[in-house]
Amino acid sequence: MTAVAALRAVCTLMVMVALCGMDRSAVAADASPPKGVKVYQVDIRNFAFAPKALTVPQGAHVVWTNRDEEPHVVTSAGSLFASSKALDTSDSYGVTFSKPGTYTYYCSIHPMMVGTIIVQ
Amino acid sequence: MQDIHDHPAGGRRQFLKCMAWAGAGTLWLMKSGVLHAQPLGAGTSGTAKDASFSFVQISDSHIGFHKAPNMDVAATLRQSLALINAQGSRPAFVLHTGDLTHLSKPEEFDTLSGLMQEAHVGRTFYVPGEHDVIGDNGAEFFRRFGERQQAGGWYSFDQGGVHFVGLINVLNLRAGGLGSLGVDQLAWLKNDLAGLSPDTPLVVFAHMPLWPLYPSWGWGTDDSAEALSYLRRFGSVSVLNGHIHQIQQKVEGTITFYTARSTAYPQPPPGVGPGPGPLQSVTADALHRYLGIRDVRHVRGVDALAVTDEVLS
Ligand SMILES: [Cu+2]
Repeated sequence: MTAVAALRAVCTLMVMVALCGMDRSAVAADASPPKGVKVYQVDIRNFAFAPKALTVPQGAHVVWTNRDEEPHVVTSAGSLFASSKALDTSDSYGVTFSKPGTYTYYCSIHPMMVGTIIVQ
Repeated sequence: MQDIHDHPAGGRRQFLKCMAWAGAGTLWLMKSGVLHAQPLGAGTSGTAKDASFSFVQISDSHIGFHKAPNMDVAATLRQSLALINAQGSRPAFVLHTGDLTHLSKPEEFDTLSGLMQEAHVGRTFYVPGEHDVIGDNGAEFFRRFGERQQAGGWYSFDQGGVHFVGLINVLNLRAGGLGSLGVDQLAWLKNDLAGLSPDTPLVVFAHMPLWPLYPSWGWGTDDSAEALSYLRRFGSVSVLNGHIHQIQQKVEGTITFYTARSTAYPQPPPGVGPGPGPLQSVTADALHRYLGIRDVRHVRGVDALAVTDEVLS
């Protein structure tokens, strides 16, 4: 097995673990990011997540901020990370993604609002 | 098939003229098995006389909302409830078609309960909106306002020979989806209707529209077609919804679909603007100027009122 193939195998395994959602410690939901961690912003505006798909490195902290006059709730499809409470205007919610994977999420009260965080 | 709308595709001015949304409710009159709708507070005593009974629908009170264009949603709900009591003949009951609160907070539910009690409007049936089930899947809502007939919260009852069904379509929503009834509720519905003769008038109510009104804004219910398939054998079916804060009506065979205004704030017509949020551009004085205005419905098509032959406003 070459080094590249081995790396690929490991990555695939990690993605599978993340997708299965068996390890909830893959993410930490909190308001403030751990020290020295890069923060990525997702705006919730006009009933949509912007950007709709966001690719971040492993360990990144993603913060959603509601810019609408309407409340929204960030909810992980398949419960891979904890849901936010109802975010009123200007409220924020942060999640640290410590494991690679594709995390689809939606707004539980406006489920047509769907976004994706891809952790590499 | 006919569509009747609060708001025409015309100019903004005409649209604003049509916004008789706040403080409004709808009085439903049952005459010979056919439901007739009237705006509340429109001098209805004469037409109410030959109705076998009436009831009132209110919707989307959003207690807890405090932004433009309505800083006092409790006051506009109070005005709606006062109109109910001003009716010449007392409505049999009130239906609240959901979004009682804005954020499902206990204090918001408290305020709503207090306003309903204080208004003495009598028996009230509720179904939850998506704003009433945030964080707890509706536990608090059902504890306070549930009918406790079925574990899932849905229910039915009879009044004056009419069968009423309250459905829940705001729980277990799927990413990218619309409202949802779910297999358990559909099975119950099928069974609930099974023993009824086709000439039994039906009134089915739920928060989100039970037809694909504007799916890209979430205005619809994923599995509503299945529910409607159980309703088609009946001669008179009225489907009452809230959620979109404006009147939309559609007649499809023997089924008439109707969405109610909010008592709190208007939302834009389908597809107008970036999303279905509150119409903030309405000023406070405009809000009150348009309270209780009638005769604002615009009818498209010549026989749009063939089934419900009184003007909704
Ligand atoms: Cu939302």
